[in-house]
Amino acid sequence: MTIQFNDETFRDDYSFHNSDWAIKRFPFPFHEDSYMYAVNMEQHRGGPEGSVYEKRFDVDEHYISEMRDRAMVLADDPLRCQSLPHMTLAGWDLLELIMVSKSEDYPDLFELHRDGDTWRWINKPLGIDDTFTFLDETTLPYGPMEYITRQTQGDFCVLDQRDGNLWMDAGTVTTQADWSLDFDIGMNFFEWHAPVPLAHEKGIFERALKFLLNIQQGAPARRLNWTMTVNPLLDTSPENYHKWGVQKTTLTPENIGAKQHLRVELQTFFRLPRSNGLVFPIRCYLCSFQDLMTMPKWGRRLHRVVRDLPVELATYKGFIDNRPMMLDYLSQFDDGLPTSPGIFPDFDTEPALQK
Amino acid sequence: MSKFEFPPSIKSRPVYGTLEARPGKGHLMIADADGAEAIMDIATPDLMAQTHIIYIPRGTDFADKLRSLNPAQFYEGPTYAASVSRIRRVLQDAHMGLQVYLAGTEGLMGQAQNEAMMAGIPHTAIQTEHRGSTARRMQCVHCKGITEDVETDPFVCSHCGLNLFVRDHYSRRLAAYQGVCIDAEDPGNVPAPKGIYE
Repeated sequence: MTIQFNDETFRDDYSFHNSDWAIKRFPFPFHEDSYMYAVNMEQHRGGPEGSVYEKRFDVDEHYISEMRDRAMVLADDPLRCQSLPHMTLAGWDLLELIMVSKSEDYPDLFELHRDGDTWRWINKPLGIDDTFTFLDETTLPYGPMEYITRQTQGDFCVLDQRDGNLWMDAGTVTTQADWSLDFDIGMNFFEWHAPVPLAHEKGIFERALKFLLNIQQGAPARRLNWTMTVNPLLDTSPENYHKWGVQKTTLTPENIGAKQHLRVELQTFFRLPRSNGLVFPIRCYLCSFQDLMTMPKWGRRLHRVVRDLPVELATYKGFIDNRPMMLDYLSQFDDGLPTSPGIFPDFDTEPALQK
Repeated sequence: MSKFEFPPSIKSRPVYGTLEARPGKGHLMIADADGAEAIMDIATPDLMAQTHIIYIPRGTDFADKLRSLNPAQFYEGPTYAASVSRIRRVLQDAHMGLQVYLAGTEGLMGQAQNEAMMAGIPHTAIQTEHRGSTARRMQCVHCKGITEDVETDPFVCSHCGLNLFVRDHYSRRLAAYQGVCIDAEDPGNVPAPKGIYE
């Protein structure tokens, strides 16, 4: 289908909205009626037609507006995009991966023409038509990682692999769930995950690291992660927390359906061929509670997950204070009926709400 | 004096050891305040004959005792900032196999370790021993300003004035812990400060 791009904002008046198409394909992160950390990896080899899993780098109706928001964040704070000196080659690897993937997966939107080292990149939605020399930084307006991630939805962590570990040595991070690239750059896998509760004790990070160290070229992997955000704010950074944190107190029983958003990260992992680095895109999808409730299965399940989540996780994910109000709202959409397995809404087969 | 036992913490928080003399052609020892005692504990005439000591007394009177160990080179700096250009020069001239020893406060060890890392020495090859003050070097995640010697949690950012919660999350590159606004969701509701390890 041809994507109709929204003209919308992720700040101030928050005109962000999801179309019916976007709601139906929203990556609801709960495959059952409860949640606990797991190394929930699977191969990233496409998925159901129209789903966010189908393409290597999903492009949706929010593309142009998200790129506009990223440019504003980077203008305010250039430290959201950093690359340590040894990571430039990995940046070129990433540029190639995205350009090749997008031009193959969305030939109507993106074109890549390669003649030796002379490459021409056409990005129709953003109105870009640039010719440059591959591996020559002086022929691009930004470094290769910054150039391509200003044109690709989602945050990007570019990881160096050495000493049996992964190191957060480059990235573009403007739509993060409250962590700071500027603070974490240079840390290893265990260090940047240090503040996460419970998961270290469960051995989650040891197992995840073993998996990631062995990701091979051409065999990317993926998982979903999630948190909660009041208002469709992409830039929930620690840098600006003193400005956005107070928005959590603006929820009321009347506005919670529209203001409270489930924030889902589609995390993917690709081996990079020249640098042997690993790129870790973290793509953020937002959906308001009231839009989620249009899918009866999701309404039943979200209530059960939020209700039964351990206190540590509700605290870490930042919604412990608002959980009672969330449950008052969500319980209206839970009639106690069983739910079908898996994340997809199964709108045509799940029963309508029985109350 | 007895050493402070840091409580168990998260995996980004540095862990300090006890200095030991290691084989090497050259030895660089950087210390502040009570860190002098960690150097004295391992000093032998043979070791000192190959050692360059850079020491910041911070009001203590250990400098003469270190000088009397007869190190090959000795520098007493008024502050870390005043010493850092000398540290960089020594690291620039260092040969393969230089042993680096750091002792004293976390702020001193963290910053000196960062200089050694930038000179190409892996952080895992650098010895550290904590002595003296347990105050922390903190970075405000909001304004990026560094406040040295923070002893209480919460504390007021010395640059932007926000009330900051003292996290255990630590960046080697910045040689600092992270401070995050504690009353963002309830402005003005700031708990009374208490000692970080109380």
